[in-house]
Amino acid sequence: MSSSIVTLTDKPTAKDFSSDQEVRWCPGCGDYSILKQVQTVMPDLGIPRENIAFVAGIGCSSRFPYYMDTYGLHSIHGRATAIASGLKASRPDLSVWVVTGDGDCLSIGGNHTIHLLRRNLDINVLLFNNEIYGLTKGQYSPTSHEGQMTKSSPYGSIDRPFNPLALVLGAGGTFIARSMDRDPVHLRGILKRAHEHKGTSFVEIYQNCNVFNDGAFEIFTEKSTKKNETLFMEHGKPLIFGANNEKGVKLDGFKPVIVNVADVSANDLWIHDERDGMKATLLTRFFDDPKKEGHLPRPFGIFLIEDHHETYETSMANQINAVIKQKGDGDLDALLRGRETWNIN
Amino acid sequence: MITIKNENTQQRVKKELKESVILFAGDSGDGIQLTGTQFTNTSALLGNDISTFPNYPAEIRAPQGTLAGVSGYQLHLGSVNIYTAGDLSDVLVVMNAAALKANIKALRPGGIIIANTEGFGAKNLELAKYPKGVNPLKDGSLDKFTIYEIEVTKLTRACLADSGLGTKEIDRSKNMFVLGFLLWMYDRSMDPTISFLKEQFKKRPELITLNEKVLRAGYNYGDTTETFTTRYEVKAAPMPKGIYRSIMGNQATAIGLIAAAKKSGLTLFYGTYPITPASDILHELAKHKNFGVKTFQAEDEIAAISSAIGASFGGNLGITGSSGPGIALKTEAIGLAVMLEIPLVIINVQRGGPSTGLPTKTEQADLLQALYGRNGECPVVVVAASSPSDCFTMAFEACRISLEHMVPVILLTDGYIANGAEPWRFPSSKDLPDIKVNFTTKKNAVMASESGPIEVFHPYKRDEKLARPWAIPGTKDLEHRIGGIEKENETGNISYDPENHELMTKLRQEKVDLVANYIPEQKIDNGKEKGKVLVLGWGSTYGSIKTAVIECIANGIDVSHAHVKYMNPLPRNLGKILKNFDKVLMPEINNGQFSKVIRDKFLINTVNFNKIKGVPFSSGELKAKIEELAK
Repeated sequence: MSSSIVTLTDKPTAKDFSSDQEVRWCPGCGDYSILKQVQTVMPDLGIPRENIAFVAGIGCSSRFPYYMDTYGLHSIHGRATAIASGLKASRPDLSVWVVTGDGDCLSIGGNHTIHLLRRNLDINVLLFNNEIYGLTKGQYSPTSHEGQMTKSSPYGSIDRPFNPLALVLGAGGTFIARSMDRDPVHLRGILKRAHEHKGTSFVEIYQNCNVFNDGAFEIFTEKSTKKNETLFMEHGKPLIFGANNEKGVKLDGFKPVIVNVADVSANDLWIHDERDGMKATLLTRFFDDPKKEGHLPRPFGIFLIEDHHETYETSMANQINAVIKQKGDGDLDALLRGRETWNIN
Repeated sequence: MITIKNENTQQRVKKELKESVILFAGDSGDGIQLTGTQFTNTSALLGNDISTFPNYPAEIRAPQGTLAGVSGYQLHLGSVNIYTAGDLSDVLVVMNAAALKANIKALRPGGIIIANTEGFGAKNLELAKYPKGVNPLKDGSLDKFTIYEIEVTKLTRACLADSGLGTKEIDRSKNMFVLGFLLWMYDRSMDPTISFLKEQFKKRPELITLNEKVLRAGYNYGDTTETFTTRYEVKAAPMPKGIYRSIMGNQATAIGLIAAAKKSGLTLFYGTYPITPASDILHELAKHKNFGVKTFQAEDEIAAISSAIGASFGGNLGITGSSGPGIALKTEAIGLAVMLEIPLVIINVQRGGPSTGLPTKTEQADLLQALYGRNGECPVVVVAASSPSDCFTMAFEACRISLEHMVPVILLTDGYIANGAEPWRFPSSKDLPDIKVNFTTKKNAVMASESGPIEVFHPYKRDEKLARPWAIPGTKDLEHRIGGIEKENETGNISYDPENHELMTKLRQEKVDLVANYIPEQKIDNGKEKGKVLVLGWGSTYGSIKTAVIECIANGIDVSHAHVKYMNPLPRNLGKILKNFDKVLMPEINNGQFSKVIRDKFLINTVNFNKIKGVPFSSGELKAKIEELAK
């Protein structure tokens, strides 16, 4: 098995990546859009279908592999990242994708998530964050906001939610991005970039659960509020937002402040650099409650790319090759014999 | 008895022994395990049959001088066949008072105590909880033994006085003095230890010389001091012709896995999380990366098995290893592997339980966990190793069955055989069978479609063993999805159909049952095929039962021994064997787990004999039980 991903000659279409299984998400679920964007992007990646594997755990989003006409594994709750790690470490030639939800990825599977990020296997993780447990019919999740009323928190959740991307950054993530189900063009762009990154790519996708948590991200996705509440980051460009891009973000020391673009010179604005880890730390902290007075807009796009880290599977293969070079190919008879033997006649 | 003359013209008696049991004991920091291992290897090279039993505390450096901190290493060597580490010891080597107190019960009357006198100072005696003013070496309480007192610390320090090393570092060589003395006492060469030192301290050559100096000092101390008038000789054992090596159970397991990977042409992927007493399998495998072995030290037990499942899904030999508490955590994932119907080997090096239990002590109490401990109807194949070298055979077997039948296999070993050592007439690679792995590359079914019949791939279409095809990612046109949700028969599509669930449940069971046609029949290890008493054992009790049964047969008792290694499915002829005996005695290091299975499957009564003390059976206690039953 070669270690590089084979590229394709005859270009398939999105339909070729759609399996014969009936999609069973609730009508109106944000998952439909994400599935469509993934199927649309796949042909452009140039990888034969048979060399792609989708791995999922448990949850609504985790049914995803059944709908992709690639190799797929629908496993157990929280373990997709661990299973994918074993698959990628042993089969570096495959393009491995993990589809996971906020409960699967950050609660029951939280440990595996941080260790995948730390090891930096070349796996693309798509976190469908809907801030609720959907499959179990509506309990609060580790990303539900404080006070959220759910079936298991009728008086409001008292849990503090995770800031997923700050967690990912802390765990050593080397590709960190956020997108949303309602912005297909942006999502497709991010998916392509995630695939291109050699290392663990973590994409948080805001996904609407129209049954148990409808409108959770409305403020970021609806036309009337989107422009004022979101900050679409582009590498090398200033951080600007607002209905007419009239607002910008400026750094006052380590403190981000919102300014009127007209009031400052272009050089004063924060220029986004997706390779700047320090600034990425600040950007992941743009996590205010949008109802709070003077809050910062929510960033979308790529927070950070660090591509100088070797992937785990490469280090593993290199180490094995170095030992083979040093000791020669393993000789089973020598191993069976061991260091010292004696003969009985 | 041979009388020899020493150059000191001193009368020396050389006593030939058929077998001898030596127990080394001291603080866990005293280098006891190393001393024991070196003496073992030297004896094995001499052709003795051997069996060892390291017995150490769970703490790496338990409080010095205390009873809790005592580390032991028992070695049974013989010019006759040896099957256990021995019941009572003939020679007890103690580095301090606590070591004496903890082990004196295991010394046979008339046995020899070799005591490091510096370990019997007031403080050591107090730590060992001897009453104030009592020194057992001096108060006559040990009169039925022969006591040799040696000032090991003082002599070691004197030996290295010019070395420039500090006292602390010098004292670390104490064990070499003791080893040297024991080598003299049993008339064996220092060469294997010297070559070991050369290998061990390659990077610090000055330590080679110093340790060798202490080793020789110990040897010469025996030779020149007139106190010691008897030396022992244990000649080579009459073992089958061949080339032998010494092997420990965990090491044998690791080598068995590598051999299976080679013989199946697959890459070995070992996902694991450190746990006593299983970690040595990881340590051993990690050394052999030039076999292409991939070791993955996961973040936890669940990730360990999950990564192995991922590797197996990708067409590798996926293996995970742990001990009881870790296996408990892996349970849900074992269920997934059962549903995925992919190869996976799960190794449980059992220890005392439940919960954290007795991490460094042995037990056989995870059999029911292996057989039944999962949600749903969740059958897996279970095999068990019976001795250190048998770990090789059964690890290989576990892989063979798993790969050829597309079924998860649990391999049970335990702390006793995992850490114990014995001589092994190792096989050559060409004697090992090939393991047949066929990755499917072709579609295997025809389905109707709008444009007429089309060829498709059905991932759950089965062969004569009921094994499903293994189509790995990268295989063109066989893209498919599998998962933990119930599948439709053949197509593998999600199905909640009641009839289908019952069918699939029965198919998964039948697939495991069919493995019985591909394993050896049960043999009688010793004794007649029909008779009064059958001792039915499994796992690490093999050596003690064998020793007891051989002795009982020699005494004219009507007893036979059968030892089960395939726990699920059981060998096809086992029921027939059981019917040939009036009584079935089942000794187990648990509260009667295998006997429950036997009673359930064969509707017979069994006589249970259980010990749950974290230590193996002694052959003496088994003998007594057999004698009682055969009356």
